[in-house]
Amino acid sequence: MSARRAVADRVTGLVRKQWFWALVAILVLLAINLVNDPTYLSVTVNPQNGNLVGNLVDILRASAPIIMIAVGMSLVIATRGIDLSVGSTMVVSGAVSMEFLKDANSPESVGVAAAAIAMALVISTLIGVVNGLLITVLGLQPFISTLIMMLAGRGVAKVITSGQNTNARNDPFQWLTNGYVLGLPVVFVLALALVGLLALVVRRSAFGLMIEAIGINPKASRMAGIRPAGILMAVYMLSGLLAGIAGIFAVGSVMTVDVSRTGYQMELDAILAVVIGGTSLAGGKFYMGGAVIGSILIATLDKTIVFLGIPASATPAFKAVVIVALCLLQSQRVRSAFGRRRTSVPPTATPTAAVAAKEGVSA
Amino acid sequence: MSAMLPVVQMKGISIAFPGVKALDEVDFRLFPGEVHTLMGENGAGKSTLIKALTGVYPIDSGSITVLGEDRKFHSTADAQRAGISTVYQEVNLCTNLNIGENLMLGHEVRGAFGINWRATHVAANEALRGMGLGHLDSRQSLASVSIAMQQLVAISRAMVTDAKVLILDEPTSSLDAAEVENLFQVLRGLRDKGVAILFVSHFLDQVYAISDRITVLRNGAHVGEYLTPELDRPRLVSLMIGKDLAAFASISRAATSLESAGATEVLLEARGLGRRGRVEPTDLQVNVGEVLGFAGLLGSGRTELARLLYGADKPDSGEVTMRGEKVSLHSPVEGLSNHIAFSTENRRDEGAVGDLSVRENLVLAVQARRGWARPLSRREKDAIVDRYMGELGVRPSDPDRPMKNLSGGNQQKVLLGRWLATGPELLILDEPTRGIDVGAKAEIQEAVVKLAEAGTSVVFISSELEEVVRLSGRIVVMKDHRKVGEIVVGPDVTTQAVVDMIASDSPPSGHTMAEEPA
Amino acid sequence: MSTMTASDSTTLPVTRWQRLTRSLRDNPSMLPTLAAVALFAAMLIYGELAYGRILQLNTMSNLLINNAHLVIIAVGMTFVILTGGIDLSVGAVIALSSVAGVMLAGAGVNPWVAVLAMVLIGTVIGAISGVLIQYFDVQPFIATLAMMFLARGLASMLSTVPQRLDNDSPIRELGTPIKLIDGPKVNDLVITVGVVVAVVVVIAAFFVLHRTRTGRTVYAVGGSEGSAQLMGLPVHRTKLSVYLISGTLAGLAAVVYTARLGIGQNITGIGWELDAIAATVIGGTLLTGGAGYVLGSVVGAFVLGLMNVLITRDGSIKPEMVTIITGGILLVFVVLQRAVTSRQRE
Repeated sequence: MSARRAVADRVTGLVRKQWFWALVAILVLLAINLVNDPTYLSVTVNPQNGNLVGNLVDILRASAPIIMIAVGMSLVIATRGIDLSVGSTMVVSGAVSMEFLKDANSPESVGVAAAAIAMALVISTLIGVVNGLLITVLGLQPFISTLIMMLAGRGVAKVITSGQNTNARNDPFQWLTNGYVLGLPVVFVLALALVGLLALVVRRSAFGLMIEAIGINPKASRMAGIRPAGILMAVYMLSGLLAGIAGIFAVGSVMTVDVSRTGYQMELDAILAVVIGGTSLAGGKFYMGGAVIGSILIATLDKTIVFLGIPASATPAFKAVVIVALCLLQSQRVRSAFGRRRTSVPPTATPTAAVAAKEGVSA
Repeated sequence: MSAMLPVVQMKGISIAFPGVKALDEVDFRLFPGEVHTLMGENGAGKSTLIKALTGVYPIDSGSITVLGEDRKFHSTADAQRAGISTVYQEVNLCTNLNIGENLMLGHEVRGAFGINWRATHVAANEALRGMGLGHLDSRQSLASVSIAMQQLVAISRAMVTDAKVLILDEPTSSLDAAEVENLFQVLRGLRDKGVAILFVSHFLDQVYAISDRITVLRNGAHVGEYLTPELDRPRLVSLMIGKDLAAFASISRAATSLESAGATEVLLEARGLGRRGRVEPTDLQVNVGEVLGFAGLLGSGRTELARLLYGADKPDSGEVTMRGEKVSLHSPVEGLSNHIAFSTENRRDEGAVGDLSVRENLVLAVQARRGWARPLSRREKDAIVDRYMGELGVRPSDPDRPMKNLSGGNQQKVLLGRWLATGPELLILDEPTRGIDVGAKAEIQEAVVKLAEAGTSVVFISSELEEVVRLSGRIVVMKDHRKVGEIVVGPDVTTQAVVDMIASDSPPSGHTMAEEPA
Repeated sequence: MSTMTASDSTTLPVTRWQRLTRSLRDNPSMLPTLAAVALFAAMLIYGELAYGRILQLNTMSNLLINNAHLVIIAVGMTFVILTGGIDLSVGAVIALSSVAGVMLAGAGVNPWVAVLAMVLIGTVIGAISGVLIQYFDVQPFIATLAMMFLARGLASMLSTVPQRLDNDSPIRELGTPIKLIDGPKVNDLVITVGVVVAVVVVIAAFFVLHRTRTGRTVYAVGGSEGSAQLMGLPVHRTKLSVYLISGTLAGLAAVVYTARLGIGQNITGIGWELDAIAATVIGGTLLTGGAGYVLGSVVGAFVLGLMNVLITRDGSIKPEMVTIITGGILLVFVVLQRAVTSRQRE
């Protein structure tokens, strides 16, 4: 095989990778910013504390909460489910931690910070447990069960804070969410570390295989001896836990929980990141790394819009453009790669993924 | 001699998919007033040819002429408008609608205010009566009748649209003998009225019973077109597969020798095993190293009983002991932990995990037994892959291919490998040879005999009575959700014995089966 | 003669009771719809007993007038969900439509042209969704999510402050009360043109779904898209049209809502798609498609509307409890649907 042919194959292989276009989109956005301000990409070192400063660093920090919920969402979506409650779980987690810190009123104590975080994460995981129970025991569709938790969750957060936007002071907590380690934002490093750990567990064990099997063919998986209930429960608990971490990241940067706005519609960002990363809403094969890249893309988009002076409330329009562009690209890629015809399935009967995303797996 | 013009003439049809040439310059013609059967193994191209004719697949080259006119179909609606109606193997109707709605969908009777439902249902009931289905009420939900009935409704729908060409792709897979005869009567009536009927089936008996002409395809190429009386069975099979029926004879010999070995150590004993609405409390015994056949008509409860033996369904009553010890079989997990394995009849929905690779499909059950925390090592997976892909002859031999790319027969082999890898003491096979080609059928039946010789017990379920008689040492006969008897298979036991047992069983009082309202 | 199992042979029902139970047995999906009606009745009675002045004409009038827009988008959502899809964009479409329409009217454009523009904006958004879903194989969740983002973003780019309709704008006429029944004091049955529009929409939707081939195709596609395709039904065209219908009805709902309030704002309609979905689910439509009644969705919309009335009337329920209660009602209905469908599967 000639060297040119080898390169061409490499390129097509890369292009076919799910996350390739997302990476391209990130670069395009950064380029737009660069046009506006040639110093956009500069990263400097703060002489006082050795931290990296710059727009890129801000983007990474902002992407941390999205990475958390997106990775959790990718596992849920892989099982043919969906978790619409992650945004509400974020605000519950934020409310719990802020209320705890305010009541404890010890701004220096690491122990108090740890306790606040622990409580918040326990409650977030409990929300995941409720979701899991509704889906595995009651057999409800994930779409509707997590929709119900989404509605109820925000109400619960408001009850916890009695409708107030609670704020609190605690330095160790704030270091976690606003601080730096090795020059990089703690949240980003933490997010990557957690994703790395999760990826190791998921891929090295048979957990990932079972998730994919359940997502692709739940009945066959059950007949092969896989216990769907356990896997599903684990996946929704993880999603809840990760959303709880995301909530802590989100409120920690300003040390205030905004019961109306914290986590609001973040589940949509998470789903978007997962789809951008190449996981299909119909379930089955999933890509955690792709979800991470998708999250960074969304954070980049958020920052770019503000940077260009466009009102933040118009951000959704640009997300729409990104979604549509990516979907078209992914769709055309399928077409051009396979020539005129797809492989074995007749071109007619394909189930809509929205149906699949709403169908649950009964234990 | 009057030269009748064919209704359908296909010349030089070629269709290629990535990596495989599905049809290679195939000719085919269909005359009015005949039943023409298309025969060939799976992968021979029968389904592809039909989909080309009905507008599902576009053709790469060649021509299709219908009633003298050159046609290019872009959709099934196109083909239907040209008078070509198709009934597929899987019932392609909408179970969320009622029978009348399904029958008349797209051609409902319209009035001044849109669809006139009363008139539509009258027309529907008339169509049902014409097909001998007058006992059904068109307002019944389609989901409330059996699969067999649904299939007949699907065929009725084709007739409602006044088809000139009726294509039936494996229509009898879900029908019992009486329903098949009913269908054939209707088909003969349609044929006599001048309808051209294209028939595809694996069941040789049925093909010989109904066809006027047979066309054989092999590996995407046209082998020949023959008048049925001029083509005998052995020649037909050898044209299709290139092997001959001698292969089956050797399997029969091996199976018979098994029977005479006659060890009777009891592996599993079930007492009063049943599930409400599916199968009545039944007593059953499976011996070590025997092949136990389940025989019965469609809907007799064979699959349901077998599923209870594995734990695929939870029993309502009864208990099971294995080697004297009581066991609980309430889920597939429990079945597997008791060294029982179950290969479902519904390969697509309950067997193959399509997007996963062949390797992943093969190791799935073993991995599930070990749990998520103890993954199989690369070496262990390779050992399983090499052993079973080799022993069962899975083609193509690349284990990283997605399962869905394999043919039906090879997928069945992979699934068989999945269960064998768990080292079962009892392997339950539900319709393992359904919808697969003659060559693969023989290979699977050989595997069953070898398994039993090695000491594994096999429960073998098949609608093809010959297979069951050929392979089993003992047969459990079922009817209407209960066991009506057992037959020990000696050298002169034939399928007639099973049929007799089913027929001679008198129904419980107050319920007659063969009655129809006038 | 063919042999058959006992379940195949049937006798035709004779008495009216037999016909009703037979109807229920053949259409088990009617059960949740009947439950919704029962719930509505129960809520009415409870409200009257607990708070009083519920079962009277002016309360009913307000219920009709204030929920006319919700009924309209619930009808649109029913079409989409019946085919097994979903439309997340309806709330955002209403925002975009109303802002654009009010701005147009304020700029001197003929008010009826502005109204037409409002409806057509919905149609265009629906068309884009439909094309993305049908021709580019984008999943409905994602495609309509994108349209929701787009519409809301565009609305915000048009204006982030409320836009007022002139007091004498003819559009407001669509919202002026029409007294149907003159009761004692203020207890009159009053409706608006908006309510009439809603009624017409419901009747038209019923006709289309039960009396036209397009409607039957909608149900068929929801039951099994593959089968519908093989039956030769115009599946692609129908799937495209349900999104067109949903978008157009969202535009129409924007007209009705704006006429009543006189304001167009970019934050209008946030969460209304969820209300529409809830109304549809409560009304008995299966999220997986293929079963459901548009009349059920109407009842569902009124259940939600009445719930709001009761909560306001109670006064002691904190606003944060509203979402929890909505979630609770939804949960009950979904479990009910689940019980019905699992029995069907047995």
